[in-house]
Amino acid sequence: MIRLEKTSGGAVAAAINAERHRLGSPTTGMVLTLLIMADEETQSDATAAAASVARQHPMRIITLIGRPEGRAAQLDAEISVGGDEGPGEVAILRLRGELAEHGNSVAVPLLLPDTPVVAYWPGSAPDVPADSPIGRHSQRRITDAAAADDPIEALRTRKRGYRPGDTDLAWARCTQWRSVLAAAFDAPLGEVHHIRVEGERDNPSVILLGAWLSQCFQASVETVWNENLGISSVTLDLDDGQMSITRQDEKTACIARPGRADAQITLPRRSTPALMAEELRRLDPDDMYGSVITNLEI
Amino acid sequence: MTNPLRSPKDQRLPRIAGPCGMVLFGVTGDLARKKVMPAIYDLANRGFLPPGFSLVGFARRDWADEDFAQIVHDAVREHARTPFREETWQQLCEGIRFVAGDLSDAAAYDELSRVVADLDEKRGTGGNHAFYLSIPPGLFPVVLEHLKTSGLATNTPDAWRRVVIEKPFGHDLESAQQLNELVGTVFDTGSVFRIDHYLGKETVQNILAVRFANEMFEPLWNSNYVDNVQITMAEDIGIGGRAGYYDGIGAARDVIQNHLLQLLALTAMEEPLTFAAAEVRAEKEKVLSAVRLPKDLGAHTARGQYAAGWQGGIPVLGYLQEEGIDPDSHTETFAAMRVDIDNRRWAGVPFYLRTGKRLGRRVTEVAVIFKRAPHLPFLAEAVQELGNNALVFRIQPDEGITVRFGSKVPDTSSMEVRDVTMDFQYGETFTESSPEAYERLILDVLIGDPPLFPRHVEVELGWKILDPVLDFWAQQGQPDQYVSGGWGPPIQYDMLARDGRAWRRP
Repeated sequence: MIRLEKTSGGAVAAAINAERHRLGSPTTGMVLTLLIMADEETQSDATAAAASVARQHPMRIITLIGRPEGRAAQLDAEISVGGDEGPGEVAILRLRGELAEHGNSVAVPLLLPDTPVVAYWPGSAPDVPADSPIGRHSQRRITDAAAADDPIEALRTRKRGYRPGDTDLAWARCTQWRSVLAAAFDAPLGEVHHIRVEGERDNPSVILLGAWLSQCFQASVETVWNENLGISSVTLDLDDGQMSITRQDEKTACIARPGRADAQITLPRRSTPALMAEELRRLDPDDMYGSVITNLEI
Repeated sequence: MTNPLRSPKDQRLPRIAGPCGMVLFGVTGDLARKKVMPAIYDLANRGFLPPGFSLVGFARRDWADEDFAQIVHDAVREHARTPFREETWQQLCEGIRFVAGDLSDAAAYDELSRVVADLDEKRGTGGNHAFYLSIPPGLFPVVLEHLKTSGLATNTPDAWRRVVIEKPFGHDLESAQQLNELVGTVFDTGSVFRIDHYLGKETVQNILAVRFANEMFEPLWNSNYVDNVQITMAEDIGIGGRAGYYDGIGAARDVIQNHLLQLLALTAMEEPLTFAAAEVRAEKEKVLSAVRLPKDLGAHTARGQYAAGWQGGIPVLGYLQEEGIDPDSHTETFAAMRVDIDNRRWAGVPFYLRTGKRLGRRVTEVAVIFKRAPHLPFLAEAVQELGNNALVFRIQPDEGITVRFGSKVPDTSSMEVRDVTMDFQYGETFTESSPEAYERLILDVLIGDPPLFPRHVEVELGWKILDPVLDFWAQQGQPDQYVSGGWGPPIQYDMLARDGRAWRRP
């Protein structure tokens, strides 16, 4: 790890290149630059998660930590290139004093040329991510409504501030549920009359999953809060009974369908790296998320 | 009725197989244990198998369900790519059944029918079953016949039955046609899935992406700019425990007929209208039909047998000393040949194919080697170290693409030029989301998605190309011996030298 104090964006970029040369591999096959806007509390987990995803999507990870509290403007950097954590390049930058307001000026010289830029806010995010200085040159902007103090309010903000290219980890947390549900309906089950989604109080994934189902089936949706973690169950009223998927533990769920024996299915809770890997697989706008978030009724 | 939960604009939902099960014939073979069973577990672990998925083993063993489950368990523990999770295993295990019986015993198939029907009822497999024949091709007729007479092979409008077969698809054109006819009497063409695991590799599919998604390669992809193409699949291992299979088959039948000709087809084919199965197949068939062998097979093919020696610091046996091999065997463990493609794009560009066992290292690659620049405005000495430009698809290991071109040597007063390489490597393959070829292919079988499976026409075209070479070799006596751990018999170099070319060292 290289530490630079009182440095600049250009000097950090030069230091990354120098480190690459020192390791004997000046050319790299990086596919994107990931900008993480974090605070001291969230930076470590978010950076570690991204670094492990770099095995799959080789990338340059720039973590910007705003430290505005009353000091002179100063940039401090920690740089590591291709370590045990993953093959990517990681720069953790602390933006002190007034500089905290000008993260974009630090980021610009660090963006890899002519490759996609992805912005990720693991904690609080701007109201309109796409209009923020960082968001403006990012083609994909990842937020996490579940990390907000008031997740439901965060969803409202996401809805108001949505621009194509936005996406939220709360939506990625629905993917496995959505995938199991979609598979169940590959064999026609008839019309759906009513939808009930149960889960952790104020969990945004519960709301997004319900909204998606309601939109697909054109049916009413009911949300039931409980004290479990995340989404706990989905129940659909059909012509001839109910179909339900109920989480049983951290890794499995039970699927019940009319006229069929109940079956166990794999439904592991996913880690942040797994969610990030999913987010980075496609970098064009997620239209389905767009349609769910903009039509959200909350 | 379309599924309201599936939408083209939904990019995240993975394809999951619908209700189904698989019946595995040949449960103790290497392939079943090292590839098929682990792939099924990995698919289950990644959530791609339907709830209630069932795996039925069929063999002449005095086993109960639990014994077979133990075999699968051990295979999974040893060979699966994804971490072992007890919950996944428990779900899979609940659907494991075993039918004990001789492959030629009609009563055993009745029992299999009963087990399958029971699974349909109890586990909801919906009558959809794939029969995976991981058995020697000599046993196909008896198994297929029984599948037919027992009614197990019968497709209905709401329940599919599919059959999966592995290479070798015959040992020459005639036997391939017989095999196809035989399979065809039991399963319709769309229900037959021939596995060529090379086609399941991401890097092989990437050949088409690189060629047809870019503007910078395709204009050069023809005889105006390409000097020759070298397709190599080298293995560092010997025949291991496969003497019974390998002797009499040899390297050309084992590898060139399927893998290398498929790689050739993907490298040389014209742009398909779309990537739908029928369109890609049409282009592959067209280019394979245009493949011609040289007139003088003695001058343009080479073969060899590995001799005892040292490989990477370990003493190894020669082919003729391997257990179970006839000391007078004429089977080749190294095969190389030149073919030409008679069409406008490729006329005059030789394609060199080679494969062998006990070579320097394990590597598969397709190297497109370009012509030299028509004029080099440098001193002759300055470009002495400049070779031909090349674009190499690295199929395995170290998957990626290498481009080779000339660049100025720094700090030389004259314009010294030397070859440099530019490497692209897409991530690393051990991440959970980058599937093994067998996972991809088995999932495609269960979903019923055919593009990555060769149809019988491609198989037969492969034999049409290879048969004359095999006939010629059959008259030539024993192949040359070559040193284990090197790059094969010296005659392969003469073969290229005659054309004024040389093999690149992969």
